[in-house]
Amino acid sequence: MLNVEGLTKQFGGLKAVDDVSFHVEPNTITAIIGPNGAGKSTLFNLIAGALPPTAGRIEFEGRDVTHAPAHEMARLGIARTFQTTHLFEEDTVLDNVIIGHRLRTRSGLWDAVVRSRRHRAEERECRERAYEALRFVGIESLADMPVRLISQEAKKRAAIALGLATQPKLLLLDEIAGGLNPEETQRVMGLIRKLVEHGYTVCFVEHKMHMVMSLADRIIVLHHGRKIAEGTPDEVRRNPDVIEAYLGGAAHAAGE
Amino acid sequence: MKPQVWRRAGVSLLLVLGLALPLVVSNGYYQQVIVLAYIWAIATYGMNIILGYTGLLSLGQAGFFGVGAYTAALLMLKLNWNFWPALLAALVVSLVLGYLVAIVSLRTRGHYFAIFTMAVGVILNLVIDRWNGLTNGEVGLVGVPGPGSIGPVSLDSDLGKYYVVYVFLVVAVWIAWSLRHSLPGRALLAIRNSEDLAEAIGTPVMRFKRLAFVLSTAFAGVAGALFAGYMGYLGPDVTSINMTFNMLLYLLIGGIGSIAGPLLGALIVSFLTQFLQIFQDYQMLIFGPVLVLLIIFFPGGLASVPRLIRRRRARDHAAAVAMAEAAAIEGSGSAKEGA
Ligand SMILES: Nc1ncnc2c1ncn2[C@@H]1O[C@H](COP(=O)(O)OP(=O)(O)OP(=O)(O)O)[C@@H](O)[C@H]1O
Ligand SMILES: [Mg+2]
Repeated sequence: MLNVEGLTKQFGGLKAVDDVSFHVEPNTITAIIGPNGAGKSTLFNLIAGALPPTAGRIEFEGRDVTHAPAHEMARLGIARTFQTTHLFEEDTVLDNVIIGHRLRTRSGLWDAVVRSRRHRAEERECRERAYEALRFVGIESLADMPVRLISQEAKKRAAIALGLATQPKLLLLDEIAGGLNPEETQRVMGLIRKLVEHGYTVCFVEHKMHMVMSLADRIIVLHHGRKIAEGTPDEVRRNPDVIEAYLGGAAHAAGE
Repeated sequence: MKPQVWRRAGVSLLLVLGLALPLVVSNGYYQQVIVLAYIWAIATYGMNIILGYTGLLSLGQAGFFGVGAYTAALLMLKLNWNFWPALLAALVVSLVLGYLVAIVSLRTRGHYFAIFTMAVGVILNLVIDRWNGLTNGEVGLVGVPGPGSIGPVSLDSDLGKYYVVYVFLVVAVWIAWSLRHSLPGRALLAIRNSEDLAEAIGTPVMRFKRLAFVLSTAFAGVAGALFAGYMGYLGPDVTSINMTFNMLLYLLIGGIGSIAGPLLGALIVSFLTQFLQIFQDYQMLIFGPVLVLLIIFFPGGLASVPRLIRRRRARDHAAAVAMAEAAAIEGSGSAKEGA
């Protein structure tokens, strides 16, 4: 489904992502791990079209999307959440999520001003999709609450709902469990499993090893921008390079 | 259902009030204060679209007001155009010029965008001020025709001009309102909130920013043309950067991003300045503190007062929110947890 080849991003003298290649199969969970500053978020930014790559090639569903801008990638079916949620705190959860489906609509300024039949239909559709997504992530009853009043976990769920409202095929989740306690993390893991059960494909960046090990079908390990290992959780756990470069202390922590 | 009925009743009442106002306020001087406030409010509605909705501090607004005003006035004076086609031309010219400026200025961000657009405003003002051959420079233009008449109804009377400007104000508010509550409008608000997130959910940010910018200059241009037709004379002073800051003031007082804000701000500031004129030299001494107090107590502007009240009520519900949330998330998201 996603095919990344020799992807490189250079910031001045720093190669934040350095010659990274991998595939993502449909309907699987891929985890991307690595120490702070390894280039994980930058890799997501490249795939999502938020940053232009310095070199390399990205294919999504057989189509070359190396130079597609972010809004085009969203249309093609890639949704993402950010390391820090960017929701509008003053608005309600529903108002934040309604806009997610706009990219599948056609109403322009004129439709808005004359309140055309098309606009009304599309507005209704956006609302329905938003409710559907909120129901999926389990926070439908919070639809009318301002975002600033809901918990961190609910915000993460709202961010996923916003992504789902765009009708994606692939979701990129950047530290979706960041700042959550173990119990909340467990529940968000349940939600990620639910996503895959419903046919979505998920890539996620995470520091919490137990989450990575129990969720991922495949793991990609980045270090200083380079891919140093790739494989199933068992393979990665046993890989000496990984243990040496990164996992060492964390692997023990995960076992506890 | 019910709040909608109330809102509809409120809007109808306001519309009727606006229609009846010149019949109640028969003092010509006050009428003029009101009409000028309407005209500046129209330009401020434009500023609200780019600043309040989209979050871009565009400071060329008075320049585009001038472009509209001088386009209309010159077409009427030099080419003997009627008011209405001249107004249409003012709309088109400020729109096209706005588009050209948008292409360049939107490459910059944040402070740089503010500075760039301010420079555009200053340049437009300078061109108008110095191009004596065309604009008559500091002396300005006199004898600018009004809207004329439709059939037997003269629009050139004070009453006629009031209703012309009033209709444009209503249209401006309508566009502001319907945009604010539409999908394209939500896209603008998403950009204000976070450009990265807006892009990520499929919003072509640049295209929407251009749309907002062009709308803002078109509003300014139309307001300028109305000003020229209403006053009958025109000088470069109305295109100066001070007028842009006045609009910013209307927005601050009325409420940035709100629907009522531009009109509320323009009316209140206009009447406050009129009232304070009795204090002559000291008026700024009073105006300043009043402004500071308003902003301290209503940081979201006067239009935010109902929201503040509602929000206070909402705060009491925070605990209930937490409960609802716990129940909701436990209930559904973790259904697969046992595995
Ligand atoms: N826009 C940018 N300009 C310059 N350098 C950048 C930019 N974005 C990231 N970097 C640098 O690239 C490197 C990789 O950053 P990135 O955010 O991808 O790391 P990460 O793996 O996501 O780290 P973390 O786990 O802390 O989130 C870092 O050294 C960072 O400082
Ligand atoms: Mg990161």
